[in-house]
Amino acid sequence: MPDSISFWERIGWRRSGGVTEAGWDRTLVVAVVSLVYFLPVLFIIFTAITPQELALSVPPTISPTSLFGLIPDQFVFTPTLENFGSVFSRVLTPGGQPEPTGFDLYFFNSIVIASVSVLLALVIGTLAAYGFSRYPLKGNDTYLFIILTTRMLPAIVVIIPVILMFRAMGLSGSYTGIILLYTAFNLAFTIWMMKSFFDELSPDVEDAARIDGSSEAKVFFKICLPQVIAGLAATFVFGLILTWNEFLFALLLTGPDTRTVPVAMNQAVSSGGRGTDWTLLAAIETLFLIPVFLVTFFLQNHLLRGVTFGTVKREPCRPSRSAGSPRSSAHSLPSGMSTLPWPRAKSSACSALRAAARRRRCA
Amino acid sequence: MSAANWRLAILVGLAISALAAAALPASASFWIVGAMVALVAAAFVVNAYRRRYYGGLLVAPAIAVLFVMNIFPLLWSLGLSFFAYQSNQQSIRFVGLNNYVKVLTNEIAAPDNWHALTNTAMFVVLTVSAQMIVGFLLAMLFAKQFPLRKYLLILVLTPMMLSVVASGVFFTYYYDPTFGILSYVINSITGGQFILMDSKAGAVAGIVFADAWMWSPFVMLLALAGLVSVPKYLYEAAAIDRVSAWRRFWSITFPYIRGLLMLALLFRTIEAFKLADLVILLTKGGNDTMTISYHLIRIANEQNKTSEGAAISYIMLFMVIVLTNLYLYLANRRNREA
Repeated sequence: MPDSISFWERIGWRRSGGVTEAGWDRTLVVAVVSLVYFLPVLFIIFTAITPQELALSVPPTISPTSLFGLIPDQFVFTPTLENFGSVFSRVLTPGGQPEPTGFDLYFFNSIVIASVSVLLALVIGTLAAYGFSRYPLKGNDTYLFIILTTRMLPAIVVIIPVILMFRAMGLSGSYTGIILLYTAFNLAFTIWMMKSFFDELSPDVEDAARIDGSSEAKVFFKICLPQVIAGLAATFVFGLILTWNEFLFALLLTGPDTRTVPVAMNQAVSSGGRGTDWTLLAAIETLFLIPVFLVTFFLQNHLLRGVTFGTVKREPCRPSRSAGSPRSSAHSLPSGMSTLPWPRAKSSACSALRAAARRRRCA
Repeated sequence: MSAANWRLAILVGLAISALAAAALPASASFWIVGAMVALVAAAFVVNAYRRRYYGGLLVAPAIAVLFVMNIFPLLWSLGLSFFAYQSNQQSIRFVGLNNYVKVLTNEIAAPDNWHALTNTAMFVVLTVSAQMIVGFLLAMLFAKQFPLRKYLLILVLTPMMLSVVASGVFFTYYYDPTFGILSYVINSITGGQFILMDSKAGAVAGIVFADAWMWSPFVMLLALAGLVSVPKYLYEAAAIDRVSAWRRFWSITFPYIRGLLMLALLFRTIEAFKLADLVILLTKGGNDTMTISYHLIRIANEQNKTSEGAAISYIMLFMVIVLTNLYLYLANRRNREA
């Protein structure tokens, strides 16, 4: 890649401030792989704009354009937006008028339930993770393992007691019930992720703040929290993806007013006795994909940086208190590297190496 | 009342709850008891704050939510596994370990269910290794910064965001012998009729492919996070020393991503043990692709044998815990060595 700024870079097709290490040849290779990987999703999106009568045609119509004659005409269909309209309003009884299907409500429900429960899990889970990281209880690891265990059991086993409990408390079919359940569902992952982020932070800064008279609350809000914003973003995205698509609990615990899209999608597609309505399913899924796709896209930089920051070093790592102590970095370097002639006198290289060695010990 | 206020709160709470339970109808006393529990909790919080017991204070809300929504139902179903109980009947009877004995002798020993168990093991090994390999290779592709990386990465991440219902149903479409794209392509090459789901190998391959396609991005994201965190000067030093690519990988790259790969392996194995939705959607357990999790759904949901289902799931949980502890033990031992 030559040093001159290309047209594409000029119009902003790269991460701001990012240093391009590989050139457009790499982009080409990755683009081919990514497109192949993306093909099944692309087919779903194309099916969403296929006219309904062409959905099961043989040979399959797979493309809305002929790509300048590359694709033979028999595989090409004329795109339509009808299916998206029929998600919200279509003829439900034979010979009747189009009726509203209630999908606007289901989309609203999905957005409210997923975002509120993930945010709630983030608040509660971050506090708990901070507690687990900074004020270890007796049997800290046991608590953490029990929290992980709540993710191990198949949902079907827990569901019967939950249904009975919800009925007794009058929570079944309400927003509160399903939101609380999803909050608990997300807590395990949130706590494990956020704890590893807090373990990363150097406690020296916090100690310094305490010496200067900060309260514990101030240490948490002003010092620790700003440093883990990336982690919060990453955890939010993971939690959102999992909650957004949850099916079993939503099927059994939501009422007609609180139904989420996956459940409604399943019912809309399999009802009517004509088998699967492919174009309708594809249209619902395409619409359903958009919000979580956008959130992931806009938090993507955080996602990468955040996960990096959080989970590489999972053990609590306390850097040595006496800064610049002559700890030998050679013996803790990767085994293949120990015989290299390090430029020990060069202070910048040496401190960087020491930092790497410290990271290696804790990784 | 500073140190003893929680004792007072417990006394008051107990007294009022008892009065309410005795005097008022169930629906009202339920909320009064709830309010009293909240009072006692508030007293505990104040007490913990005054004594600077921040650890317990911070962890308490999470533990409370987890207890009510997860651990309590877990314990309930553990209790159910010692009773003869069917969710469509009222009768309930203590049978001790009978459910476990029944499950271990009749259910698991029966050829069908033994197959479900071995199938689960097979799916765990196949899907998790496929995800790890594909995810890792994808991560290697994205490890360097190149133009348009952000836009290509989101394409690869999309399968993870699909609803399992939709992607599972669409995979039946892709695999369909008459309308499906896969069959169409193979038929036009070989000329014969190709039905993927016709044999066990084909059905397993179809399920593993769909699952690996959906969840490799998860592994990729974690592996990528590890890869981009490797300091570049280590590679530069290795280049100066002309370290071979193989050695460079095992000595520099791998130590950085090991922890994250372990985490991905842990979460994916837990999920793979629970594999049921894709099997239901793609084969309905036909062609000997039954998994223990699907079997459990059938027993607990369709046959209403709640307590036997609970027994099976606790046997599963035991296996997953053993595996998880093995992982964590290995991960920690490697950490200490390093």
